[in-house]
Amino acid sequence: MNRTLPNGEDLPPVSLSAGRGLTKRIIPCLDIRDGRTVKGINFEDIRDAGDPVELAIAYSKKGADELVFLDITATIEKRKTLVELVKRIAANINIPFTVGGGISSVEDVAVLLQNGADKVSVNTSAFKNPVLLEQLSNQFGSQCVVLAIDTKKEADGEWYVYLNGGRTKTEMKTTDWAGQAVALGAGEILLTSMNNDGTKNGFALDITATLSRSLPVPVIASGGAGTMQHFKEVFETGNADAALAASIFHYKEIEIAALKKYLSDQLIRVRL
Amino acid sequence: MIVIIKYNAGNVQSVQYALQRLGVDSIVTDDIAEIQKADKVIFPGVGHAAPAMQYLREKELDKLIISLQQPVLGICLGLQLMCMHSEEGDTSCLGIFNEAVKLFPTLAGENLKIPQIGWNNIYDYKSVLFDGLGDNAFVYTVHSYFAAQGNETTATTDYIIPYSAALEKGNFYAVQFHPEKSGTIGEIILQNFINLP
Repeated sequence: MNRTLPNGEDLPPVSLSAGRGLTKRIIPCLDIRDGRTVKGINFEDIRDAGDPVELAIAYSKKGADELVFLDITATIEKRKTLVELVKRIAANINIPFTVGGGISSVEDVAVLLQNGADKVSVNTSAFKNPVLLEQLSNQFGSQCVVLAIDTKKEADGEWYVYLNGGRTKTEMKTTDWAGQAVALGAGEILLTSMNNDGTKNGFALDITATLSRSLPVPVIASGGAGTMQHFKEVFETGNADAALAASIFHYKEIEIAALKKYLSDQLIRVRL
Repeated sequence: MIVIIKYNAGNVQSVQYALQRLGVDSIVTDDIAEIQKADKVIFPGVGHAAPAMQYLREKELDKLIISLQQPVLGICLGLQLMCMHSEEGDTSCLGIFNEAVKLFPTLAGENLKIPQIGWNNIYDYKSVLFDGLGDNAFVYTVHSYFAAQGNETTATTDYIIPYSAALEKGNFYAVQFHPEKSGTIGEIILQNFINLP
């Protein structure tokens, strides 16, 4: 490996032995509606999957590296419920978590971070008002600004950005939006492929790899996880920094501890 | 009583929750008298070095922090602010530690992501903070800037280059990672700090 800086200075060697270095992350996602966990299949047909705080504690004990909570009930009165939920999660779990869903202002983010969220994820509001990304990263640092993108591959073979939980198509290509968003201050990309979501046929490896190889920030792949091998593929072929899934974890089709053991056996660095 | 220093950088609440889970009461304050009489002080923070230092100076917390005699634990931005200087905003910092804080370098032909976000290992422990941990313990870390290695380094992490995961000098302790978010490993480290005489 080339260990020379652009200015010609040599870097000290890093140990590649002894199992050191940043690991790939496994992130269970909890979709929240009215304070309960739900999981949509292809963004529809919502089923109940349990109490989010209980699930969060269980996942943190089983070796989840991080958690994402997406609130899909974005009405004003429910937002207060979300803040209460964030407090309960923060008080009870000892790993980082991200909160998303209906966040559209610096004030929204300030409240969530003050109550214990580590990061927030923004989606439609950032697309409609990209300066929000700049405001958030200036105010709170880019490390806590996750840009969520719902994307769909169209007949022309290109991946496009969708808004409003996948209901609204845009003419924006996903690679273009992701590049702009990172330039504005997004510190991580949470990429959900609508073609793959709910299918259990595997992650969208092509768009994940395209973004991960071109962007200077981590990419979290989401949508399509069905088997342990799918995770191996998204880390190796898709070059993802993290992989997110929901129902396969909620319904115990894959146990996180077993998944991490499998990945470790496949020589993918994970936290055991 | 443990006091968590309140200033314009995030992450304060998470530290208080982590102490609560260990059964330890704490208060979050920027009151100089309260901080002075604390048994132990935690100086956390996530954010940008320049506005954070400016805020500390305005509140005269800069002079206070360097004068503290009880154990002080800096976390993340807290560690960086306890160093001499940060490249982030070309900021003069508190100068407790000699190390300089720099932006992670980018290497041609490699797409290593900055910030570093996620779980990495600490090794070469030289502090009681790490008593009871196995080799290469996993900790959660989120940062774009790092403190170089020096004679105050008490744990190392490799990301692009080896850097100071922890620093220590007298009663001043600091970690680059987030013990409050590092699962049971982080709880052991916080407990070791709480147990300091």
